[in-house]
Amino acid sequence: MNIILVGLSHKTAPVELRELLVVPDSRMGEALNRLMDHEGIREGMLLQTCNRVEVYAVVDHVEQGFSAIQEFFVDTHLSVSAEQLMPRLYCHAEDRAITHLFRVASSLDSLVVGEPQILRQVKDSFQEALTHNATGVILNKLIKKAISVAKRVRTETRIAENAVSVSYAAVELAKKVFSNLPSRTVMLVGAGEMAKLAARHLVNHGVHEVLLTTRDPVRAADMAARFNGTSIPFEDFRANMHRADIVLCSTGASHYLIGPEDVERAVRARWNQPIFLIDVSVPRNIDPDVRQVDNAFLFDIDDLESHIEQNREERRLEATRAESIVKDEVEVILKWIQSLKATPTIIALRKRADALKETELQKALSRLGTLTPEQQEVVEGLASGIVNKLLHGPLVALKSAAQSSNGFVYIEAARLFYDLGQSFPEQQSVNVENVRDETDVTVEGLPPASKEEPEQDGISRQASGL
Amino acid sequence: MTVAFLQLTLGLYFVGILLSLIYLLRRSEVLARVALAATCVGFAIHSVVLAVQVFSGEVGVTFHKALSFFSWSLILVFLLVVILQRLYVLGAFILPIAFLSLISTAVLPAETPVLQPMLRAVWVHVTLSMLGAVGFAVAFVAGVMYLMQERLLKSKQFNVLFFKLPPLDFLDTLNQRSMLLGFPLLTLGILTGAISAQVTLGSYVSWNPEQLWALVTWVFYFVVLMGRVTVGWRAKKAAYLTIVGFAGVLLTFLGVVLKGNGISVS
Repeated sequence: MNIILVGLSHKTAPVELRELLVVPDSRMGEALNRLMDHEGIREGMLLQTCNRVEVYAVVDHVEQGFSAIQEFFVDTHLSVSAEQLMPRLYCHAEDRAITHLFRVASSLDSLVVGEPQILRQVKDSFQEALTHNATGVILNKLIKKAISVAKRVRTETRIAENAVSVSYAAVELAKKVFSNLPSRTVMLVGAGEMAKLAARHLVNHGVHEVLLTTRDPVRAADMAARFNGTSIPFEDFRANMHRADIVLCSTGASHYLIGPEDVERAVRARWNQPIFLIDVSVPRNIDPDVRQVDNAFLFDIDDLESHIEQNREERRLEATRAESIVKDEVEVILKWIQSLKATPTIIALRKRADALKETELQKALSRLGTLTPEQQEVVEGLASGIVNKLLHGPLVALKSAAQSSNGFVYIEAARLFYDLGQSFPEQQSVNVENVRDETDVTVEGLPPASKEEPEQDGISRQASGL
Repeated sequence: MTVAFLQLTLGLYFVGILLSLIYLLRRSEVLARVALAATCVGFAIHSVVLAVQVFSGEVGVTFHKALSFFSWSLILVFLLVVILQRLYVLGAFILPIAFLSLISTAVLPAETPVLQPMLRAVWVHVTLSMLGAVGFAVAFVAGVMYLMQERLLKSKQFNVLFFKLPPLDFLDTLNQRSMLLGFPLLTLGILTGAISAQVTLGSYVSWNPEQLWALVTWVFYFVVLMGRVTVGWRAKKAAYLTIVGFAGVLLTFLGVVLKGNGISVS
């Protein structure tokens, strides 16, 4: 029983190659079946995002597993050749594979460290694998753990807290002036890409109204349709500036389009309500003297960049803290995996039985007083006999379990029944859902065959495992 | 007994202030929670002390009791805002005012309460005036926070404090609402004060510093509010004006102290 990972990501392969390997949702079942058909693969999960395609699996033999999954990847797309693919693939086993999974789920391996989508993608992939019965005890536990680690990283560090893109920084700063974006109006001056992106962010945050103005009327109409906004003739935009709470400026003009007197007039017309101006154009389109105007807040591209740089620095610091959380958690899960091995369990069980027998025997002997050696032998024989007969079944079952694919279930059960110590303390931070899963022990410990509708949020009860 | 409780309250508020101030510069939510917990416990004890002061013991209104009530109400408002808005950062600004007013009851000389024939009217006068002062204190704090955040935004200092302070328009609204709450209360406070003065002393006004400053303050806030409604004195200007206005409130308090023998004689 080994945990392995084979995959490629934005760090090893270009998007042209990555996109070829992505399996469409509709064919996920088929792909997982194809994966599980390979010999020696006990459990499997396919994780795919726009930045990575990875297979996590529990296999009998590491090397055999690696080549099976490589084969799986090559078979995914006709135009992908082994020579093209092999140098791009990374293969990890055991603790390195687990560490990788935890880092991916916690968004430490992402293109933008701390981005929030990855956790949902991990959950979705897991759900997909559960639905197709591809995972088992080990992956279920492992992936649920990865999800809880990611949540822990999210709550205990500030890795996902601050904006790291210019357009998002604009939104973040706007929120420091206006608490309620949905009641605000944004004016887009010019049609520069960055300003459009920022406007898109603002619209996603529910900005009430979008006003647009560009020199080119065709473009203005097109953008008005895209943002569901109102187009204003370019000559009139200064006179209409007071209607906007946020002004986003990005044109190709080589001179200042907005001067302090324009802003002053707008602020006066707004009865001194603050106005927030963002100038992402280079050369700048808003006169820097606007900064002197009371209740007007001007940010140019450098201001936004410095804001982001601070956030990036912050994220780097937080990332190191997150890495140490991941390291701790990997150790916890490794202990659990260790406990699933048959031999230590058999030894522990024997030891426990012998110790119990010995104490009980001493108690009985001291109560019986002096016995003849024969009598003593009979009593001892009786005790050993009962212990051995009782243990015979479990021990045989455990030994055969070591050979079978779902033997961990018996081993885990034996540890539970005989109180041999659970070496996998569940994290307190794990949500209720996981706690419930923890108690959901099924006798076989395998996901039930019935394919219930997945729960809307999080992982369904099928993930019970152990 | 009351003194010991009062000291305990002061101690807890002090802890709350210290932690709130550290919280301003540190990225730890735990600090804010502990500060809040200390303040809550302090507030509970304060409530008991206040009840004992008001309902038993010596009869009559003293400035001590009034200040204790002012401090208590301010903390109450703070707790409400924090619970409703999760605005922990407010603690670093409001708690010191509440603390100073409470500790001044220990520092100021003990007064002999003046028994009043119209005790009830005096109570109403003091309660209303103090609640009005609470409104202005919150407006003051909102003004200070507004100016700080405005300064940080203008100078592009995206530091911890910048992230902790709420958005500008929130602070402006808080400023406006607390003034709109404080002003009618102060108006009623002054009216009831004048009526009780008429009954006890035979004249509505006696032009002592307390009354003078109270009137000046009232007129000032009236102008500020009117300016806000008619010519748009909001945002930065409103922040400055409420800070100045609160000085008037403090001078009125000082007038009471200088008068020496309590609020009751108007």
